[in-house]
Amino acid sequence: MAATDMRPRHADLGLTDEDVLGMYRAMLLARAVDERMWLMQRAGKIAFIISGQGHEGAQVAIAWPMRKGTDWMAPFYRSIASAITFGMSAEDIITAHLAKGDDVSSGGRQMPGHYGGARYNLVSLSSPVGTQVLHAVGIAMGAWVRGDDVVTMTQFGEGTSSQGEIHEAMNFAGVHKLPVIFVCENNGYAISVPLEHQVGGGSVAARAAGYGFPGVTVDGNDPIACYAAAREAHERARRGEGPTLIEAHVVRLTSHSSDDDQRRYRDPAEVEALKGRDPIPAFAAVLRSGGLLTDEIDERMRAEIKTEINESSARAEARPEPTADDAHERVYAEPIPGGGTAEPLAAPTSGEGH
Amino acid sequence: MAELNILEAIRGAMDEEMERDERVMVMGEDVGRKGGVFGATEGLWAKYGDKRVLDTPLTEAMIAGAAMGAAIYGLRPIAEMQFADFVYPAFNQIVSEISRIHYRSNGTFSAPMVIRMPYGGGVHGALYHSQSNEAYFTSTVGLKIVAPGTPADAKGLLKASIRDPDPVMFFEHKKTYRLFKAEVPDGDTVVPIGRASVAREGRHLSIFCYGYMRTVALEAAETLAREDGVEAEVVDLRSLRPLDLDTILTSVAKTGKALVVHEANRFGGFGAEIAAEISEKAFEHLDGPVTRLAGPDVPGVPYHHTLEDWFMINPSRVVDAARALAAY
Repeated sequence: MAATDMRPRHADLGLTDEDVLGMYRAMLLARAVDERMWLMQRAGKIAFIISGQGHEGAQVAIAWPMRKGTDWMAPFYRSIASAITFGMSAEDIITAHLAKGDDVSSGGRQMPGHYGGARYNLVSLSSPVGTQVLHAVGIAMGAWVRGDDVVTMTQFGEGTSSQGEIHEAMNFAGVHKLPVIFVCENNGYAISVPLEHQVGGGSVAARAAGYGFPGVTVDGNDPIACYAAAREAHERARRGEGPTLIEAHVVRLTSHSSDDDQRRYRDPAEVEALKGRDPIPAFAAVLRSGGLLTDEIDERMRAEIKTEINESSARAEARPEPTADDAHERVYAEPIPGGGTAEPLAAPTSGEGH
Repeated sequence: MAELNILEAIRGAMDEEMERDERVMVMGEDVGRKGGVFGATEGLWAKYGDKRVLDTPLTEAMIAGAAMGAAIYGLRPIAEMQFADFVYPAFNQIVSEISRIHYRSNGTFSAPMVIRMPYGGGVHGALYHSQSNEAYFTSTVGLKIVAPGTPADAKGLLKASIRDPDPVMFFEHKKTYRLFKAEVPDGDTVVPIGRASVAREGRHLSIFCYGYMRTVALEAAETLAREDGVEAEVVDLRSLRPLDLDTILTSVAKTGKALVVHEANRFGGFGAEIAAEISEKAFEHLDGPVTRLAGPDVPGVPYHHTLEDWFMINPSRVVDAARALAAY
């Protein structure tokens, strides 16, 4: 892209230079946290990692129009960059991965990658895929019932798009024009199974037409395009015009998880080529060509982030471990009787009979 | 005091709670203009409008999952499963999500919501309109399970369920909907979740039951008193989780004999839990084997009336089981 094209493109969308540099910084931060998680996993400090590397451009840009503290998000397990954009700090995420007792997502109860934070309107995630999409629709329904100006965004992969709950969610949202944005991050693989064996028709976005709302396809490596789609979807939702489905084509730079090795099912040339499809250098190049990003700014950002990650990691590691005593707490709002909690009756006294 | 049947009591509870708290909404299949296939929501749509009384597509997973989202957002949804038999598409939402969100978020999210479950046989509903599937849910930690057997309990427990901070599955036996009328206290009377009620005092044996089985057990108890001089104590559990073990154990200590009655099938049924608790905690008080009378282990209630009658627990079968236990 020519430098002369860059400024008008983001400026036309209402983004300031600070905004686009902020988006770039959020992408860098998400990547840095993600990489630190892998290091900690390799060092034996974390049992399991599921990565968002390659999804950052789409995630940051699509979350960017969302209003912190007002709008809601139901994430999926690669939502690290969205979670950061929504307000989770590096320390929050590292603390959650270390399963510390005061982690904001679950207090050490959930596996890594299960993002959530009530204080960020970021709905706690489970592991069966697709369930969160119905929660997003339910939050949107709640806002619609109450007449609140609130938009809910949810994310899932193209593998999850096969789940029946996605159909149920989109159909219902379409019926009532609920203020919800469905984001399918299509990285081409459901663990090992490629798109052509997962998605009939080849396009998730095309399915939106059947539900009566727009489905748009964007290049996830083009954050400005992703932002444009998300901003339009957000405005549509606020105008009461209903949902939008955004299908962002992204790359999965890592294996599915730390328990997977994608070399077993991806062509070596394809794996090698992934490096050239990394959204971070791609966006950096755009920003540089627009004159927004210089070596000096880039180096300063990266240095700041390195410090932030180091300090966040140190603080997270120093946080208290959960205790076994706590494991039976907060099952219900208040502890309930029954189910084995009653004391045995004292034996009848001698002579007592029936 | 008003004389109401259980259906009217359920409707009244929802109406009063919607009137009292604008966060309360009803959602489900045909709950709006039609007022529900059983009429439980009749009149609510006209009174509260089509957002707070929301007709949904035929999507049980969505009904449960969206209700959970709305509950997270701050509403108090009442989600109706048209028949308890149709809940299974929502099983993942109930078991993986609704029951766990509070625990998995370390108490920072919760799903205060009610799932109404019209259940039970004896209504010519065959395999897929007759199920008593409460045991799938009583074994799911994080849910509360309620099963009233009287109009007053139906109203008071539904009000308690709607106000409860945890997800509650509210099992209402279809056969009881219009079975009888009984007095229901006027005004805002809430029956607390987790307390059994002694429906009939007795000293020779205890019958533990819930839902429609309360009516069946009481009728059996009258026969036993009249024909055998056996005074059966009938304990209506009302709440299955939390379970009022104190009332159960106190009754066993008094009578020494326990008969657990439910319509759901026997193997792995909820009665097994009650029997185990009694065996563990009141063993020294027992004067006979803890006995279960439950639905037969067939996959569902068969349709033909001869087959359905064979399946159903009725007063004479309770009498037979009680006689055998009393004679032990």
